[in-house]
Amino acid sequence: MLRIRKLPIIGFALFIIVFPWIAGTIPAIGNYPDLMIFAGIYCLITIGLSLLMGYAGQISLGQAAFYGIGAYVSAILTVHFGLSPWFCMVIGMLIASAVAVLVGVPSLKLRGHYLAMATLAFGIIVFIVFNEEIEWTGGPDGISGIPGLSLFGFEFDTVLKYYYLVWFLVFAAFIFTINVIQSRSGRALRAIHISEAASSAMGVNVSRFKIMVFVYSAILASLAGSLYAHYLNFINPSTFDLFFSIKLLIMIALGGMHEVWGAIVGAFLVTFLSFEWLHFFEEFEVIVYGIILLLVTIFLPHGLVGIPGIVKGWFRR
Amino acid sequence: MNETLTEHILEVEEVVMAFGGLMALINLNFQVKKGMIKAIIGPNGAGKTTLFNVITGTFPPTEGAVRFKRQSIERLKAHEIAKLGISRTFQTVELFTNMSVLENVMVGCHTRTRSSFIASGFRLPQVKRKEAQIRSKAMEVLEFIGLTDRSEESADSLPLGDRKILEIGRALATEPELVCLDEPAAGLNETETQAAADLIKRIKEKGITILLVEHDMKVVMDISDEIMVLNYGEKIAEGIPEEIQNNHKVIEAYLGGEEDYA
Repeated sequence: MLRIRKLPIIGFALFIIVFPWIAGTIPAIGNYPDLMIFAGIYCLITIGLSLLMGYAGQISLGQAAFYGIGAYVSAILTVHFGLSPWFCMVIGMLIASAVAVLVGVPSLKLRGHYLAMATLAFGIIVFIVFNEEIEWTGGPDGISGIPGLSLFGFEFDTVLKYYYLVWFLVFAAFIFTINVIQSRSGRALRAIHISEAASSAMGVNVSRFKIMVFVYSAILASLAGSLYAHYLNFINPSTFDLFFSIKLLIMIALGGMHEVWGAIVGAFLVTFLSFEWLHFFEEFEVIVYGIILLLVTIFLPHGLVGIPGIVKGWFRR
Repeated sequence: MNETLTEHILEVEEVVMAFGGLMALINLNFQVKKGMIKAIIGPNGAGKTTLFNVITGTFPPTEGAVRFKRQSIERLKAHEIAKLGISRTFQTVELFTNMSVLENVMVGCHTRTRSSFIASGFRLPQVKRKEAQIRSKAMEVLEFIGLTDRSEESADSLPLGDRKILEIGRALATEPELVCLDEPAAGLNETETQAAADLIKRIKEKGITILLVEHDMKVVMDISDEIMVLNYGEKIAEGIPEEIQNNHKVIEAYLGGEEDYA
């Protein structure tokens, strides 16, 4: 029976809460809360992606585009029109879901990996738009001067405050997703992954569920994009390129895509690998990712979160 | 009793199914009376599974009409047909191998319950309540099919006989009025076959109509009220078991040039 235990979630929440205070006392990891903000932003995307890929079995190669849509909608509407960042965030999510429906409906009605191809093309198109629509997006130079976030006069102007904001949202998305997985909708998604024929014979509207979860993943990616934009106050297209979409796939493959925990572990690991631990590889970074991914797929098909299961298996013998 | 027996729950009219140039079903006409077990037999490639796929909406027929309780269903999608009350099993068992026995049946309850993606995400009180309902209904089904003590096991871990039974249970969880069973005894040993046949009879006793594709003639003759014989997509005979056993066209289709068929 699929049961997600509460204890690890509470433990993880406590860790997230106290981490900045611990990091503050150790100079060597003093910059880690800042990295954790990025890890949190990536977690938002990978949580949605894990539901889409690990549970519903659909591949998206264009998740960076939804991330970009969130970031650019927030940036353009706040910088050019002076609208409230929170309002822009919601508009971003609405636009991302509308776009997801447009991309998803034709490709998800078909059986097979049409979504992968459609999103691959879509991701490239969006990337070109970010680069070429100079009047609105600033082209390759991007947009700067994006305002920070504040709520009822409370400014999220320090790393610490933003850290808690991002992680609050990550937990909200995490819990929401876990609840979905443990419900009728989640069972339908897992059923679709194994057999579309049997799912529809059980009355599951297969294409509707696939579209729904794709939209959900797009909304989370867009939210992540908005958070990114308001945190850095500056965006440019290179953040939202095809390689980032691939990197997201690496995250969930590494962490393990059949569990939402995998999305979090993977996002963490790749964030720290790319910002800290793999820095000295410079442009060879891609190769290192390739090797890691290769090893994980061969030896840990369920990703890093599959390790406890393997260890348990040893002891049972 | 007589009144309900004469009512046709399913009517298939002039159904043609062509895959390119291959005619899988040719001008097929038949009816299924409510509350009956109707078997469809025929040599391999006769179009039996294709017929199931047409009835349950896997693909629409090239021509012709399929009516369920007088409603045309031939253009409906599989999930819509499931909702109307037709369920099925698959020749090659299609269980959700990533789930427990209980969860498989719970997916079967999908069509009779409603709870939105968003409501589930927030785990609203009504969602919790419905989950409990689904679970207890699924347990009832498991009790009916006799798999209660394996409810928490992975569906994948069951022996073939139980997997076939579970698939029937999953179909029953959709609360169907008509169940299409595609070779429920294929690959089973004698005891398992007997268990499957008994289960099918008990399903009939619940008032559920059964459409059965099966190669085990002993089972077919034993439990069917009516038999239809297909050969190369055409109906060559229809009647009660005794009539079919003595029908020379049927014997010819089965025997053909082969000598080893008993």
